Amino acid sequence: MDEIFGIPAPLLFGQLLLGLINGAFYALLSLGLAVIFGMLNVINFTHGAQFMMGAFVAWMLLNWAGLGYWWALLLAPVLVGLTGVLIERTMISRLYKLDHLYGLLLTFGVGLVIEGVFRNEFGSSGMPYRIPAELQGSWDLGFMFMPIYRGWVVVVAIVMCLATWLVIEKTKIGSYLRAATENPALVQAFGINVPRMMTLTYGAGVALAAFAGVLAAPIYSVNPQMGANLIIIVFAVVVIGGMGSILGSVVTGFALGVIEGLTKVFWPEASSTVIFVVMAIVLLTRPAGLFGRA
Amino acid sequence: MAAPGGFSGTDFKQEDTVFFGFTRTQLAAFAIMLAFIAISPFFLYPVFLMKVLCFALFACAFNLLIGYVGLLSFGHAAYFGMGGYLAGHAAKVWGLPPELAILIGGAVGAGLGLVIGAIAIRRQGIYFAMITLAFAQMVYFFCLQAEFTGGEDGIQAIPRGVLFGVFDLRSDMTMYWVVAAVFLIGFLLIHRIIHSPFGMVLKSIRENEPRATSLGYRTDDYKLMAFVLSAALSGVAGGTKAIVFGIATLTDVFWTMSGEVVLMSLVGGLGTIFGPVMGAAVIITMQNYLAEFGAWVTVIQGVIFVLCVLAFRRGIVGEIGNWLRVRL
Repeated sequence: MDEIFGIPAPLLFGQLLLGLINGAFYALLSLGLAVIFGMLNVINFTHGAQFMMGAFVAWMLLNWAGLGYWWALLLAPVLVGLTGVLIERTMISRLYKLDHLYGLLLTFGVGLVIEGVFRNEFGSSGMPYRIPAELQGSWDLGFMFMPIYRGWVVVVAIVMCLATWLVIEKTKIGSYLRAATENPALVQAFGINVPRMMTLTYGAGVALAAFAGVLAAPIYSVNPQMGANLIIIVFAVVVIGGMGSILGSVVTGFALGVIEGLTKVFWPEASSTVIFVVMAIVLLTRPAGLFGRA
Repeated sequence: MAAPGGFSGTDFKQEDTVFFGFTRTQLAAFAIMLAFIAISPFFLYPVFLMKVLCFALFACAFNLLIGYVGLLSFGHAAYFGMGGYLAGHAAKVWGLPPELAILIGGAVGAGLGLVIGAIAIRRQGIYFAMITLAFAQMVYFFCLQAEFTGGEDGIQAIPRGVLFGVFDLRSDMTMYWVVAAVFLIGFLLIHRIIHSPFGMVLKSIRENEPRATSLGYRTDDYKLMAFVLSAALSGVAGGTKAIVFGIATLTDVFWTMSGEVVLMSLVGGLGTIFGPVMGAAVIITMQNYLAEFGAWVTVIQGVIFVLCVLAFRRGIVGEIGNWLRVRL
């Protein structure tokens, strides 16, 4: 098994793994976007900035408070999620009665502010974040060396996606959420506090983005632009998958990450555009998205 | 879907159109704008004014979609930037005169708009915005890798050339009058489109697309046509800017540029004729004066975005119109 289709096996599997890791981030971020959109009817343009904030909070916890990776994994989503709650309460909640496009414009503006502030504080060059000691090193899988941290990211992302799916599909609060997505007025009439649910949903979606940011910190360098470019690709992922189904967006995220990784092996120049090409093909054949409802 | 311009609540005076689809108030506003364009180069820096006019045309083209069809394109930088690249390439490498270079910029915008628009109009609302943004990012990656764009360096030292073989554009004043003419032609063309029967159908799509469909209009064809026109004029604006400044770079195709044109239209007033012009003037002036603050400009623009959406949705011109109870 030295070569597959004339490609050295380590290169192929290496790119496949990279694709899976990118896919993990696409999945986590598009999942958060889908949950927020389902409940609030707002496309959260700030999502990329909140992903970046997650990574920065991890860095700050380590360098300013001496709290390591495991604390960051717990605290960063909570802290960034709280800023999300604040943003929803003070700004987004004022726009529910207006055209949805205003929500997009508002969150775009908030994203610009957050990214600008971080760029002024920390500059544009990235800052390193060390892989935690427990996850350093790599496993010899026989056909390739697998850095433990990268395997960890893929596994944790899958677990997190499944957990989100379970909460939404199998718990009482999830059933409220699904009901409120379908018909908020009726759910409110049953005495459930829908505005508070919207706030918590936004906070949870943002926390998910921050969680992804902490996972990303040791892999990518922590820099203010790390979310902006990612979020546009995630938008394409969301369009491809459609926002109707939770598992749909997770599967689409991982699949597109792998497609991107494979393209890097076989046709490197096209790797940055392949997801957009897939988006065009899906729109031409299934305009509602692979898992979407028209 | 209601128009993002959202004039609801305003009780407009019924005004007759007196000339070329303008009402009396609009004619007065147009005269003020014309006078400003004619006098300003004598007391303001012409290169700065040319930048304002290029962006004003760009914002007007963008506003044609959001204000009159209700489509929010978040990827208009693609047509603006590609128009600039191709106009620059035509003038520098092919040695074409500036009038042809600018037209090529418009043609590239139209072609690109036809392809992207045909796919993007298959979805509405928020999806439309995300799709146009994603395709614009694809164009950006293409420009980053393509040979002729010069990658990170861009196309530099684009000659301004000689217009119609008569007017030497190396003089800033001559160049200014050409840019002013390009802007006015574009502005009046958009105004004419809005007030044509075609424009009426566009507005009916904005107000209620299913009903327009039920009346027998092929709404997709109308939307695509409006998209192509908007993209073409954005390409003209980008091409003109490349000729004026002699440079075409990645900045003009990047998503931040798409955001800027949205901001300009929002500040001036979505769905108003004069709003985008006002918005472009305000934002470009602001960028000029705040240039020394570096990255804070992004923060300030973000804050303006937030304030406009939360408290100032009519924009400057929209507020004035609301106050005077007239459509501007």
